[in-house]
Amino acid sequence: MSSIDYHSNPGLKARLAARGLDSVTLLVLPAMALLVGLFVYPFLYGLWLSFNPKDGSLLGNYFKFFSDPFLYDTIGTTLKLAVPVTILNLVFAVPVAFRVRLMKNQRLLTTILVLPITLGTVLVAEGMLNYLGPQGWANRIMMLFGIISSPVKLTNNYWGVMLSLVITGFPFTFLLTLSYISGIDPALEQAAATLGAKARARFRYIFLPLLIPGLAITFCLSFVQAYSVFPSAVLLGAPAGPTRVISIAAYQAAFEEYDYSMASAIAMIMGVVQLAVVAAVLQIRNLFYRGPAGGAKG
Amino acid sequence: MVSNEKTVGSRLWIFAVWATTIFFIVNLFGIIGAVVTSSFATRWLRSWFPDGFTTKWYFSAWAEFQLGDVLLVTFQIVFAVVFLSGLIGVPAAYAMARRNFPGKQIVLLLLLLPLLVPPVTFGIPLATVLYKSGLGGTMFGVILANLVPTVPFVILVMIPFIEQIDPRVEAAARVFGAGTFRMFIHVLLPLLLPGVLASLLLVLVRTIAMFELTFLTAGPTSQTLVVALYYAVFAAGVRAVQSIDAMAVVYMATTLIWLVIALRFVNPTQMVTRAKQHPAH
Amino acid sequence: MAPSLSSFKMLRLDGVSRDFGTVNALRDLTLTIERGEFVALLGPSGCGKSTALNCIAGLLPTSRGAIFLDDQRLDILPTEERGFGMVFQNYALFPHMTVRDNIGFGLKMRGIPKAEAAARVEKAIETVRLGTQAHKLPGQLSGGQQQRVAIARAIVVEPPLVLMDEPLSNLDAKLRLEMRQEIRRIHAGLGSITIYVTHDQDEALSLADRIVVLRDGMIRQVGTPEDLYARPAHLDVAEFMGFRNRIPAKLKTRSGDAVAIDVSGVLLQGIAREDFTGDDVIAAIRPDDLFAGDTHEGGIPAIVEAMEYRGRDFFGSARAKDGTELFFRAARRHTPGETVALIADPARLLVYGAAQ
Repeated sequence: MSSIDYHSNPGLKARLAARGLDSVTLLVLPAMALLVGLFVYPFLYGLWLSFNPKDGSLLGNYFKFFSDPFLYDTIGTTLKLAVPVTILNLVFAVPVAFRVRLMKNQRLLTTILVLPITLGTVLVAEGMLNYLGPQGWANRIMMLFGIISSPVKLTNNYWGVMLSLVITGFPFTFLLTLSYISGIDPALEQAAATLGAKARARFRYIFLPLLIPGLAITFCLSFVQAYSVFPSAVLLGAPAGPTRVISIAAYQAAFEEYDYSMASAIAMIMGVVQLAVVAAVLQIRNLFYRGPAGGAKG
Repeated sequence: MVSNEKTVGSRLWIFAVWATTIFFIVNLFGIIGAVVTSSFATRWLRSWFPDGFTTKWYFSAWAEFQLGDVLLVTFQIVFAVVFLSGLIGVPAAYAMARRNFPGKQIVLLLLLLPLLVPPVTFGIPLATVLYKSGLGGTMFGVILANLVPTVPFVILVMIPFIEQIDPRVEAAARVFGAGTFRMFIHVLLPLLLPGVLASLLLVLVRTIAMFELTFLTAGPTSQTLVVALYYAVFAAGVRAVQSIDAMAVVYMATTLIWLVIALRFVNPTQMVTRAKQHPAH
Repeated sequence: MAPSLSSFKMLRLDGVSRDFGTVNALRDLTLTIERGEFVALLGPSGCGKSTALNCIAGLLPTSRGAIFLDDQRLDILPTEERGFGMVFQNYALFPHMTVRDNIGFGLKMRGIPKAEAAARVEKAIETVRLGTQAHKLPGQLSGGQQQRVAIARAIVVEPPLVLMDEPLSNLDAKLRLEMRQEIRRIHAGLGSITIYVTHDQDEALSLADRIVVLRDGMIRQVGTPEDLYARPAHLDVAEFMGFRNRIPAKLKTRSGDAVAIDVSGVLLQGIAREDFTGDDVIAAIRPDDLFAGDTHEGGIPAIVEAMEYRGRDFFGSARAKDGTELFFRAARRHTPGETVALIADPARLLVYGAAQ
């Protein structure tokens, strides 16, 4: 038989609950455990492993990477693919998104554009091997219209990979850009028009400054995706040379040479390069306006 | 809306933009069409169209690539991933939506990272760990690997969904005598069902197409269809192209069926959302 | 060519209509507004007032009809060439520009030289009393301050026409009252036309020189605030303007506008506001003009349902013999269930036809 104790402090349970920690909060734990075990730990383990190369030194892997052109060239090769592709995607996505935002029924268009994302890079690569091949329809049509006189080599080289990155990357870039553009209060454009701004001026003074933060993020996400290109570089490119991207180097280290230490090092380098580019872009973005695009109401 | 002026310049611009879009779409369908046509071709070497049509390649591909087994493995993996990410993700989303606890920002960051960092970058270290712990090459290992991006995806999609449900509805249920479990079954679940359905369908479509993670962690008996397709294309010299294309069409059909089902419940843009920050509103 | 302030006399809308698919949002709007007038577009949600404003601004194309500024036809010009100032309901301030840049935007678009533009911007900032906030971003301002920036931005270009779309609806009551006077003062200083959209009849009555009451896309009545307050032309306008009592009755006699009607056996005098056929009519009267008297002569008998204290008098609701609900004024608190005789001021009892 216990009587109610009016004098003791609130129990531990009540104090925790006031800080937001009760049995409901515990529901987060399985997800956290999963992510810590399968994301954070492998990352840390990989980091540690990269500093434990086969030859026993600390920085052996990194020395090896940066002294072997076959390895360090992959950084540049991948950049040469990822940067132009991202810029191209963005340059096309903005005008198209601007037109599409005025459409009432966007669903059909967005569904078609989601197809490459759904089908994935492997299928697109396989399709392009046929379509862009020397006997494929693309070359045939171009010869038919007299644009070229003999087939252009678009497969098993840089161009094939580049085109496939555009096909699979553009929808993603476009949809992101569209959502940012749609997030701008339409009344802002209307207000600018009543003040005498024509379409070009509205774009330059209203849309562009408000879009730059979103475009920077879109650039970063699209770049990161493009930089990790793998199956199309192998299937559609020339993995031994011009399209030997950094993910191939990492894969080979892990599964062909069974040098997990080196593979982890390469993965780390890959992550660092991506991070560096993202950080640089975000720094540039910080020079511009960063607040809400709604026309705030205090 | 502001009515746009119809000058010659602006008309040309509009035309150029639409022309580019149509060009993109035409080429996209060309690529898909090429694969489909080739899969039905008897011989297709140096002409616009195949010499003849047949369905034999589908049967030979089925046998050659053991598509029956591969499909079985694929669906086992995919449904396991869908089920587990729902089981782990939805309650976690509930906790994130309803509670503000110290360290919540870190948790949020941890949920965003697997969606922002590309699969290859974290897949290599992940594969290393799985192989070192003996799970590499097994179906279980593949499922675990695929859960890394899908659990955060489910959580981040569900959080705004749950936040939309007025917490006072739950309080009202309690006032009327429902315990936590009954409240969940009778009140929360029906309200959450559309969101859960949407997010799980999206996970399904994304996992079928998820290449890098499965590729890095699968063994010969735990490959999903997309990985098997990759190997087939990779070793293309040995096999007939049409056979590989038949397999590609089977893969395409698989993803597209689920995409069509998913699109009845979700907007196409949601396939892409959640990999980004919340847009400025 | 943006019309300039100095040289116009009137704005004319001629049969302006706007359809959305099969819905007629605006039907045949014909109206003339003279320079210097403050006109309110008043009506319930969905009546077409915002649509009308957007058509005048050029943000919506008209389906039929024309808009003229003196002799110059405006509806063929795009928004950016009409030269009007507009204040939006949610202000639509450019979030990435300072107050100064926001206000100066219109001048910049018109190519006004920098020195002159700067001077005009400073004057506008002074007019709305935002001198200390000029360097801030909209996100750093309160709702009332943002509103003043929106107004300054619209007037600095000295437009012939200022359009306002429910600009006060997002402010709290006290601020709203303050801003009403500001707006009136600014309008007087500018000397051009202001068209003000609102659903709040108090606002319209206090601000406007003339009020246009809209319903379902049509003009129901145009008149001065006094006209609309005392003599609404139709029953729906009367209801909107606060004539809460709708009393079905039978017409007994009519001579000119003076009518006698039969309400539940009681004969009342009133003023007819329409021509009607048959003798079914509806009488409308404000609760304040229906008084619960102490004598039972000439008043509508009704049973009290509820009473509310209002400070200087009481407000009550009652039910007449035929079930009509009546709202009235009383000098003391009556008990529910008590029978009272409600006396109507004949000058304020307006009678309309019942066929609606």
